[in-house]
Amino acid sequence: MKIRAQIAMVLNLDKCIGCHTCSVTCKNVWTSRDGMEYAWFNNVETKPGIGYPKQWENQDIWNGGWKRNRKGRIEPRQGARWRILANIFGNPNLPEIDDYYEPFTFDYEHLQDAKLSETPPTARPVSVITGKKMDKIEWGPNWEDDLGGEFSSRSRDKCFDEVQKEIYSTFENTFMMYLPRLCEHCLNPTCVASCPSGSIYKREEDGIVLVDQDKCRGWRMCISGCPYKKIYYNWKSGKAEKCIFCYPRIEAGQPTVCSETCVGRIRYLGVLLYDADQIKQAASVSDEQDLYEAQLGLFLDPDDPDVIEQARLDGIPEAWLESARLSPVYKMAIDWKIAFPLHPEYRTLPMVWYVPPLSPIQSVAESGAMGMNGIIPDTRSLRIPVKYLANLLTAGKEAPIITALDRMLAMRAYMRGQSVEGIANTEVLDQVGLTAAQVEEMYRYMAIANYEDRFVIPSGHREEVADAFNEKGSCGFSFGNACSDGVSDASLFGTKKKGSAIFVSMPKSRKKSVEGA
Amino acid sequence: MTYLNNLLFGIYPYVALAIFFLGSLIRFDREQYTWKSDSSQLLKRGQLRWGSNLFHSGILFLFFGHAVGLLTPHWLYESMGVTVEAKQLLAMTTGGVAGLLCLTGITLLLHRRLTEPRIRATSKPMDIIILVWILVTLLLGLTTILFSAQHPDGSEMLLLANWAQHIATFRPGAAVFLVAVPLIYKIHLFFGMTLFLLFPFSRLVHVWSGFAALGYLTRNYQIVRQRD
Repeated sequence: MKIRAQIAMVLNLDKCIGCHTCSVTCKNVWTSRDGMEYAWFNNVETKPGIGYPKQWENQDIWNGGWKRNRKGRIEPRQGARWRILANIFGNPNLPEIDDYYEPFTFDYEHLQDAKLSETPPTARPVSVITGKKMDKIEWGPNWEDDLGGEFSSRSRDKCFDEVQKEIYSTFENTFMMYLPRLCEHCLNPTCVASCPSGSIYKREEDGIVLVDQDKCRGWRMCISGCPYKKIYYNWKSGKAEKCIFCYPRIEAGQPTVCSETCVGRIRYLGVLLYDADQIKQAASVSDEQDLYEAQLGLFLDPDDPDVIEQARLDGIPEAWLESARLSPVYKMAIDWKIAFPLHPEYRTLPMVWYVPPLSPIQSVAESGAMGMNGIIPDTRSLRIPVKYLANLLTAGKEAPIITALDRMLAMRAYMRGQSVEGIANTEVLDQVGLTAAQVEEMYRYMAIANYEDRFVIPSGHREEVADAFNEKGSCGFSFGNACSDGVSDASLFGTKKKGSAIFVSMPKSRKKSVEGA
Repeated sequence: MTYLNNLLFGIYPYVALAIFFLGSLIRFDREQYTWKSDSSQLLKRGQLRWGSNLFHSGILFLFFGHAVGLLTPHWLYESMGVTVEAKQLLAMTTGGVAGLLCLTGITLLLHRRLTEPRIRATSKPMDIIILVWILVTLLLGLTTILFSAQHPDGSEMLLLANWAQHIATFRPGAAVFLVAVPLIYKIHLFFGMTLFLLFPFSRLVHVWSGFAALGYLTRNYQIVRQRD
């Protein structure tokens, strides 16, 4: 047994209101640069929908993730090593930028400069790539927001497999939910496995998956390897970039930007201990529907004395063991089993998990149009088909999803009984296999969701490995060799020295006044 | 004339090679963030898959063909029973086929780079210079086949090989071998050598990494980095 620790995330979709605050704050901090305007380390999709990039979940198109071969071993679905190298001159599985969207800004300057005319001037869209005016914006990062677009297009959603989807095309039966997505920081990442230069790696101490920007050669195999399409090709720098799980913040014990700014308090960060020796075995189980349980089997009980002893031997700091015992992620994923991995069938063992959403049910339940299971509504008659959620979170296996939804409904019923009617209805809890103490804790974590309950992040203690004193007065974060620049405008090797620039240019009129000042 | 001949084929090869090696080393050490293949596939696939595959397989064959053909000592061929005439015929045919594949590929790539608005807008001047330079070198190289066909006895080829081997082994008098060689070979040589000179200042540096990527075949799929 080799124990490692990872900071994992849970998103409670039941509370996501689709406000995109996570996406916007993330973009402002990390991707407001040339070549990355089209890239969203975090984005929020309205489901059902084909998502961003288009149909990312359909691996028949993109060949992301892993497949299990006839010998029972797993290899990247886009091909084993020799095949990946053979595709290096032209990657047949790489999305084009139109599969994301052509990044654009608007010609705002025209609103100021237009000559007098009978019609008011308009600000036409301008492509950030070519600098030319675009006739029409065809697609965007959030084109299907709140069920935008026709059902026939949205229903290409892969999660509709084995669902009678035509029913949900009618207004009366329609349903929707939000799915915020970021890098999964997988235990068995295909991006790492696909990189011919070995530039992508998983950090041993906290499990964050990063791209070494100096070592990346732009072979772009990680982009097709990742089934979640969460590695992006920076078309300006020619390097792959991805969500860095805000590692400078995590190291300091702070939550990621997306978690910190979430207004719905839906995000949880905590330590999970897992057995690194079992990863390959868990990712290789024959039945896709067993992958969720196989991954659960990797996680270790932080209260088990044997686990604690072995973890100490494997060099996990005491603060991390303490955090693991308080981990909200452990409680939700393992104790209560209400959180699930996103698309476990990709065999990547993702570490960002999701609590499935309950549909808006109260009025339907009260009108009697909904089947009841005791005093809680019957999960199978909820508005969002269970099969749909199962396709998203458990490779189509419905039982774990039903249990989770039942537990959340039971929690509501129990707490409602307690606070409105003043009776503790433990019968409803027996029905779903929870104790009163557990449910009250669930309520505290999920409904109240205090900051200190949601984020239990031990500091990374970088000071133990880096001499911060010597870094005093040095040049800080930069791209490339930016600290010893030379005097010429361009670098000797033909690129601009500045690695990053804000892509939306200021109107020329404003620029002059700034430069003149 | 002898002065220019010596400058271009006695001294310039060393200048080009020195800049090629030193430039690559300095760039790798100092500016690794700029070291990349600079793929434009994301912006527009277009003719890239055909163009890039044809071009790369063609040029890789040509590179190794030149290296083996020019640098293998003549006695080694003879000991293996390959006559000069047979070797020249082999070089002309295989080189000709690979050259045509490469030509098709690079034409597609150059066409794509110049006509696709997104690729054109994001091209650096050096990207276009390198493509055109390779194209010219390639066309010159293909033209030399016609001249070689007039000397099926392999005498020209031996002169060129002697020159290359003298350069590679630092023996004096290398340039003398080329005095009597037709001009077209000399121009091809000059363009070829200059490609090495341009190498560290362009995206061509990814060639080093392409060979390094062969290490991937023996690597574990997963990479975990320790904290320090």
